[in-house]
Amino acid sequence: MSDFRYVGHDTPRPDGGDKAAGKAHYIHDLERPGMLFGKIKFSEHAHARILSIDTSKAERLPGVKAVLTGYNTPQIRIGFLRDNFALKRDKVRQFRDEIAAVAAIDPDIAAEAVELIEVEYEPLPAVFDPIEALADGAPLVHDQDARGNPVTSNLVPMPCRHESGDLDAGARAAAFIAEGEYSTPLIQQACMGTAGCIAEFDTSNNLTIWAKTQIPFLAQRDYNRALKEMGLVGKNARVIVPAMGGGFGTGLDTHAYEYIAILLAHRTGQPVKIVYTRQEEFAYLSPRQSSRSKIRQGCDENGKLTFREVIVLQDNGAYVSWGATYPSVMLLPVTSLYKVDNVRFESTIAYTNNTYCQAMRGYGNPEVSWAIESNLDDLAAKAGIDPYELRLINCNEPGETTPMKLQVTTCGLRECLEKTADGLDWKNRRGNGKAKRRGVGMASLIHTGGGGRIYRSDASGMILKLDDFGNVNVFHGGVEMGQGLHSAIHLGLAEALGVKPEQIKINETDTATCPWDVGTHASRGAFMALKSAIIAANKAREKIFAMAEELFADIVAKSLAKYRKRYPDYEPPAFDVAAAARRDRFELCEGEVFIKDAPDEPWLKVELSQLLRAGHFRNQGTMLTVESFYDPPNELPDMKTGTGNISATYAYGTQGAEVEVDTETGEVQILKMVAAHDVGKVLNPQTLKGQIYGALAQGIGYALTEEVKTKNGRILNPGFTDYKIPTVHEMAFPIQLEIVETDDNEGPFGAKGVGEPGLVPTAPAIANAIFDAIGVRIHDLPITPEKILDALDALKQPTR
Amino acid sequence: MSETIAFELNGQPVRVAAEPGQRLLDLLRGPLRLTGTKEGCAEGECGACTVMVDDRPINSCLFPALEVDGREVVTIEGLRGPDNRLSAAQQAFADAAGTQCGFCSPGMVLTATALLNENTDPSDEQIRDALVGNLCRCTGYVQIVDSVRIAAEHLRGES
Repeated sequence: MSDFRYVGHDTPRPDGGDKAAGKAHYIHDLERPGMLFGKIKFSEHAHARILSIDTSKAERLPGVKAVLTGYNTPQIRIGFLRDNFALKRDKVRQFRDEIAAVAAIDPDIAAEAVELIEVEYEPLPAVFDPIEALADGAPLVHDQDARGNPVTSNLVPMPCRHESGDLDAGARAAAFIAEGEYSTPLIQQACMGTAGCIAEFDTSNNLTIWAKTQIPFLAQRDYNRALKEMGLVGKNARVIVPAMGGGFGTGLDTHAYEYIAILLAHRTGQPVKIVYTRQEEFAYLSPRQSSRSKIRQGCDENGKLTFREVIVLQDNGAYVSWGATYPSVMLLPVTSLYKVDNVRFESTIAYTNNTYCQAMRGYGNPEVSWAIESNLDDLAAKAGIDPYELRLINCNEPGETTPMKLQVTTCGLRECLEKTADGLDWKNRRGNGKAKRRGVGMASLIHTGGGGRIYRSDASGMILKLDDFGNVNVFHGGVEMGQGLHSAIHLGLAEALGVKPEQIKINETDTATCPWDVGTHASRGAFMALKSAIIAANKAREKIFAMAEELFADIVAKSLAKYRKRYPDYEPPAFDVAAAARRDRFELCEGEVFIKDAPDEPWLKVELSQLLRAGHFRNQGTMLTVESFYDPPNELPDMKTGTGNISATYAYGTQGAEVEVDTETGEVQILKMVAAHDVGKVLNPQTLKGQIYGALAQGIGYALTEEVKTKNGRILNPGFTDYKIPTVHEMAFPIQLEIVETDDNEGPFGAKGVGEPGLVPTAPAIANAIFDAIGVRIHDLPITPEKILDALDALKQPTR
Repeated sequence: MSETIAFELNGQPVRVAAEPGQRLLDLLRGPLRLTGTKEGCAEGECGACTVMVDDRPINSCLFPALEVDGREVVTIEGLRGPDNRLSAAQQAFADAAGTQCGFCSPGMVLTATALLNENTDPSDEQIRDALVGNLCRCTGYVQIVDSVRIAAEHLRGES
């Protein structure tokens, strides 16, 4: 049971009704008066020189308002390293490079116009493999950097390494060592609502952009820089975030299509909307990076880990996004999942002519956890130790400082492991399934749970504007993209302030009205929103109680008079209201202000709205608005040493799978999953479940089916027909959810972030169950039937 | 050349111009101003654009607009009663976390409604069979199946 009035209680999310009724308005549904439709012409080569662009036919098409190329627009540099341009001149470096764009009065005309644009190319040698890209003599994707300095290699200049303890000594101390190479594929975030925006300028050349973004304030910074590059010095971009059809990391960067909409809107003087079709989303929006990890870890005779080494190579594609900061999060599991003293990590990111990549849920963590947790079971097998026991032996504990210098506050990993083992009936089912081809496996995770500092500020603010009707109007810069941020605010703020949840009215995220927030990523949304909500609520309560000190006695005197009129025989209890009406003696609960130790009389309770009106409608009246700003006690990691306490607290968890493998077809059937997660404290059970079930489904897709297939840089499966995300049938197995509450001191109401953890350990848990079932180790995601059959064949071959 | 078609939309007669090759989805979202129906993939794979034609759920992204002439079409807007009263399925999705980002929700709710119109006591397997053409990336489907079960209980008068 929850100790709270609202927090911890199952509560319908505030946006659920509108969403179920089709009344939530996404970018696809929005229109502006006079709005035009933009469409982009993309490259037809992975690497080529642009010889000419002929837009004359497109320009002549009736209904076309503007045709832009890199040659008739200001150059806008974009991207994390500013190595990309909104519209390309001279050269294309990937199939999806934006060459030209059209604005027209309807989408069909815009599409037709794009078809009429003729581009002549001179194809250039290209490179599609990150290892080949780093070899001597490889074609260069970029020959100069954003500052114009010559570039001599395809190495993305963002190294990250970590070395702690003595790796060689750790290896010498190991009685058993397991090593292996693991890979993860390109995958699509596959938001149900595709990407899009509307850009509109006023005649002062200030921009308003309705964007599908998770980082409205960093986006504002990016767009403002673009306005400057367009010669619109001192002008401002206002970013508004409509309802979002999923984010999953796609909104952590600003995108070329947004700048193209901005350019088109500026050129035409009309609002311009660009929305991607599903095919465009698959082919032209950045997927999650592919990765290759080499891992080596060892343990002593007793199973204690003595060292771990992980070397990761990532295929960046043609341009650098925020996703290239993945290593800052990869460091967490590499250095800090289970106790291990001697650690080495090295990350290399290579430019190629493949589609450029961006972040996705988990942010590097699933990639390396796949290697670590799969390899840990190999180590257990070598050491002859039960994999569950091996994990318990090395389990993290509260109060630990890890090699990355993470300060572990609370840690429920041991309980997560135990609950997973119980849920799987581990002792009875482990290892005896070979005949039945059934097996069980588990894997764990650590992730940021208290913000994640990958920018110089990790802060978030909130403004509360209380009105005459007792509404608490909330302005917050975080983004509701389906995860339930607004549900958390709805309950948490009502709890902290002492009003009813229905009094909480959450406004659209808008850079013009909301305080700054770094972005909704790193599982930080609810944590940060509620930390700032608690600060704001406390400020509001102080002001309310100060106001009550002045006004309460008068209000209740009038209430008492009315009450006595209605009940003439009523004798009020002896209570000196004027003497008791001191700010430190007031309480606010469920929207009523009262004196804590006062008799329980109806006239001694004042509706918050009544008090606020009394404060407003007096001489020199006042209104009540408060603001807060919270920057968590965490550190920006030093990428040279791979250390830094990136989060104020850490989320832990373990997932377990029971699978049955058909050795004739290679099909893997999941019979059951257990998901045990240390969430600090449950905020709203149903939204928490939604986050974990939903992440787990993405983990299943990552494990078994999802892969963006490419050939020479071209995406071969740009649609749900050939890119398989789990349907309701793939999710038909029972999921046993085990919620571990560690009540974190830094967490709001004790809660930690939970947005990403649910997909981190899913794939290795399944792979470990497959290993238990049929004795084969799959190294490369996704685990397709072909890979299972190949591995079974290899098992049958006598080793040479 | 456009033709005028007449059909029943959410219980009310409409006459509207439609063109050969026009998708029902575009007719609904464009001239008829019903944006509750979503385009998720435009190839019949995701179910976000599900509407009911003569009580059967169909993908409006594949359905020719001209073909609804003389038929009955129900969209997500048509499930709502007067004064914003939610239908049993809508209410259950709202109450039991059947929605997250909400983009698949109209299609899910319509598919669920079509099932519940025929069977107010579906097994979980029947619910899953009905929903298999509706993709969701947020929920893992667990609480969607729960929502449909709850709606069914409600329709049977058990809750």
